[in-house]
Amino acid sequence: MILDLVPLMPELLVAAAALALLMLGVFRKADTSREATVLAGLAMGGALAVLVGVEGARQTAFGGMFILDGFAGFSKALILVASAMTVSMSLDYLKRENIARFEYPVLVLFATLGMMMMVSANDFLSLYLGLEMQSLSLYVLAAYHRDSARATEAGLKYFVLGALASGMLLYGASLIYGFAGTTSFDSLAKVLGGSGHPNLGVVAGLVFVMAGLAFKVSAVPFHMWTPDVYEGAPTPVTAFFAVAPKIAALSLLTRVLIGPFGELAHQWQQVVVFISLASMAVGSFAAIGQTNIKRLMAYSSIGHVGFALVGLAAGSDLGVQGVLIYVAIYLFMNVGAFGVILAMRQKGRAVEGIADLAGLAKTNPSMAFVMAVLMFSMAGIPPLAGFWGKFYVFMAAVKADLWTLAIVGMLTSVVSAFYYLRIVKVMYFDDAVEALDHPTNPPIRLVMAVSALVVLLFTFLPGPLLIGAKAAAQSLFAAG
Amino acid sequence: MNDWPLLSLTTFLPLVGALFILAIRGDDAKVVARNARNVALLTSLATFAVSLLILAQFDPNSAEFQLRETAPWLPGTTVNYAMGVDGISVWFVLLSTFLTPLCILSSFGAVQVRVKEYMVAFLVLETMMVGMFCALDLVLFYIFFEGVLIPMFIIIGVWGGARRVYAAFKFFLYTLAGSVLMLVAMLAMYFEAHTTDIHALMAHSFPQAMQLWLWLAFFASFAVKVPMWPVHTWLPDAHVEAPTAGSVILAGVLLKMGAYGFLRFSMPMLPLASEYFTPLIYTLSAVAVIYTSLVALVQEDMKKLIAYSSIAHMGYVTAGIFSVTTQGVEGALFQMLSHGVVSGALFLCVGVVYDRMHTREIARYGGLASRMPKYATVFMLFMLASVGLPGTSGFVGEFLVLLGLFQVNTWISLFAATGLILGAAYMLYLYRRVVFGKLTRPDLMAIFDMDLREVAVFAPLIVVVLWMGVYPATFLDPMHASVAKLINNFQLAQAAQSAVPLAAR
Repeated sequence: MILDLVPLMPELLVAAAALALLMLGVFRKADTSREATVLAGLAMGGALAVLVGVEGARQTAFGGMFILDGFAGFSKALILVASAMTVSMSLDYLKRENIARFEYPVLVLFATLGMMMMVSANDFLSLYLGLEMQSLSLYVLAAYHRDSARATEAGLKYFVLGALASGMLLYGASLIYGFAGTTSFDSLAKVLGGSGHPNLGVVAGLVFVMAGLAFKVSAVPFHMWTPDVYEGAPTPVTAFFAVAPKIAALSLLTRVLIGPFGELAHQWQQVVVFISLASMAVGSFAAIGQTNIKRLMAYSSIGHVGFALVGLAAGSDLGVQGVLIYVAIYLFMNVGAFGVILAMRQKGRAVEGIADLAGLAKTNPSMAFVMAVLMFSMAGIPPLAGFWGKFYVFMAAVKADLWTLAIVGMLTSVVSAFYYLRIVKVMYFDDAVEALDHPTNPPIRLVMAVSALVVLLFTFLPGPLLIGAKAAAQSLFAAG
Repeated sequence: MNDWPLLSLTTFLPLVGALFILAIRGDDAKVVARNARNVALLTSLATFAVSLLILAQFDPNSAEFQLRETAPWLPGTTVNYAMGVDGISVWFVLLSTFLTPLCILSSFGAVQVRVKEYMVAFLVLETMMVGMFCALDLVLFYIFFEGVLIPMFIIIGVWGGARRVYAAFKFFLYTLAGSVLMLVAMLAMYFEAHTTDIHALMAHSFPQAMQLWLWLAFFASFAVKVPMWPVHTWLPDAHVEAPTAGSVILAGVLLKMGAYGFLRFSMPMLPLASEYFTPLIYTLSAVAVIYTSLVALVQEDMKKLIAYSSIAHMGYVTAGIFSVTTQGVEGALFQMLSHGVVSGALFLCVGVVYDRMHTREIARYGGLASRMPKYATVFMLFMLASVGLPGTSGFVGEFLVLLGLFQVNTWISLFAATGLILGAAYMLYLYRRVVFGKLTRPDLMAIFDMDLREVAVFAPLIVVVLWMGVYPATFLDPMHASVAKLINNFQLAQAAQSAVPLAAR
């Protein structure tokens, strides 16, 4: 058997870069965090370029355990963009907090590699390997600020709960293997496709797998870790957590449910509808009382996952397209918002209270404008990009006759609008108590500008993303 | 210049102006503010000039959508960028472009802080308003309909009065809650009719059971926007707290969006449900007319009084629309235009004295006639137009609505006519307390009459109000064809529905 490594080229590049940077850091005496960060960003950009080169028709490797199709390609592109943007924003912050070390970009690279493997997994074993690779890197990243009690608490909490979730997932996978006789997604689709009555053991296994993955996307009722970890972890880590792993886990969940378990849609749809509704509701209501902006973003991300799952609940290619559009837009909104949060400093000291944004529209109009655009977009107000994410997932839900989900989901988006508006209110209507420093770090300013422009101009040029997401969604269905 | 995309030009010209203003930089805040003001005024005047070209190109004898523009937008769906106007929408485009320069001009004195942002917000608001009236695609309509919220939220919240935060949130969330249900309905319509083109949807007949649900979802959005009793409570708050120009646009254009929605969506697309729910509309309209008029009588705040009078006047509009008679619908349209101008002018009148005294409390005024004769005259004209004095625009609209209503339901016309009397009562009472009486307050002794800029703001409004009152045909003629088609289609749908049981037998 010849190992066809062509589909793996982007992963190989990221892995090689991570190992090389590790060597560089270990053998160079001087602090290499700066070089490592730049090189990590370049490696991700290179991987993206390679990905564009090798992507195309459906290709598999490792005897069918690894797959590169349009869906995987689309998700990987998003993951690489998200990781590159967040890692570029981290350096300045870490330096100022005196925790800049070369391990940071290396860990981000390893996590990214894990995520890329996740979205390309075509077997429960490769799924688990990718997931654990990602998770272990993330546990370390959460506790990266090792002298901070809050960060280590966050890391420990994340580790214990994450290990529990991994265990559930593994248990579910073993149940599925026991009852269906295979762990390969292709074979599972064949085995489950024929039987009229799904085996109860397989369904139980599927529920465990979904519970494990719901933890990774921080969907209710497995969301408890999110606010604490988001608040405790250093802000660049939170920015990273909020975007790339979410996209990876959502893509993975989508692939697992649509691919091997596509025939069991009737079984898992009600579960997805429930976690979607619960996530939207918790994300909307619990965020109202928050005073820390990182905690607020945690609940906001729980809500966003709920909205993205609306598309998955529909279980159609339109729904998957909706999920992909949603996460793509979510990427830019969140990276931009975290850019603003990273830039929140008073006299050089990082602050993270919502009240610290007071009067920002007067003291720093452009930063306030970016944040306001992103907040309106997150609330889903047209003509900003965030509206289109909601539009497409709810379109799929309406087409699938999921009326309760569509109507309740829409109403929770009104509730969530309240707390996004509150941030706009604090920035625009309130008077400044103490002005924030002007952000001087070029990468952060660039990320803020890019994300605001994407969010503002998407409505005028929606074509490329919509077509890309559609092709990606259809590749998933063509295969299954 | 037949092939110019006039509607897109009118829609996006203000946005270009807004970008210009954003680009203004400078160290001297005064210079920046002055430049921002001038750019905004020039842009809005240019937009008005372009919108006059729309009117010149408009063929009043055709009931079809005119000046249509189409461009592909969302690949993979039927959603296109489609614009066009008919006899119903063309006047609202003009109303928006007409009021915006006046609002901007009136804010020259009133807005002194963050002028740049203010002007940007107003121009963005104009883009959204004009685009909404021109949109011929459900999704495009929704984008503009909702997009209005962002600049208006900022305008109320930043430049508003003491309770501005509360008012801004209430305005935003009330409207949003209604609108999201409309979005679900729009998506349902898309999957039922497989198109989002408004023109094509008007020709599609939806199943009756579905119509009822769709109608209710649209109603949730439009009723809040109109606003109809009992979801009107955001309006007094928003009006009172908004800066003067914000109130003018709110009353002048934003309230019309709901009624326009009824005419554009509920009536032509969901005729059976509209017929079914007509008693509901009549009831709510009658309550609105009488109840809010009574509430207006006891107000202590000038703006709040006019806000309640707006709700009452919009009660006529909704009742007139659902009478589905030529006079009723045209009267409702005329009343909307008239109310847009008159209530806008009344808010500007309040603004004039508010800029001088910084209070809107009625009891703080009195006897202004002796110090401000010009102001007293202007205020009187618009007050009487609001009451519906023959010769002013208000009379034509109210009379036509009553005429239309009387043909279908005498009770509702009786209630509506009662509102007329109450309207005269609260407006005259307001006028007496503010303008007549003895000038006793020492701080009023030194009050100045209107200056040249203020006269320039009011002059066009006076001309339009009298023109509409004396020769309404100018405004009614272009409506005839479109209104006739609307009513005709509505009756055809009812006839087809009543024919079904016969055929089934």
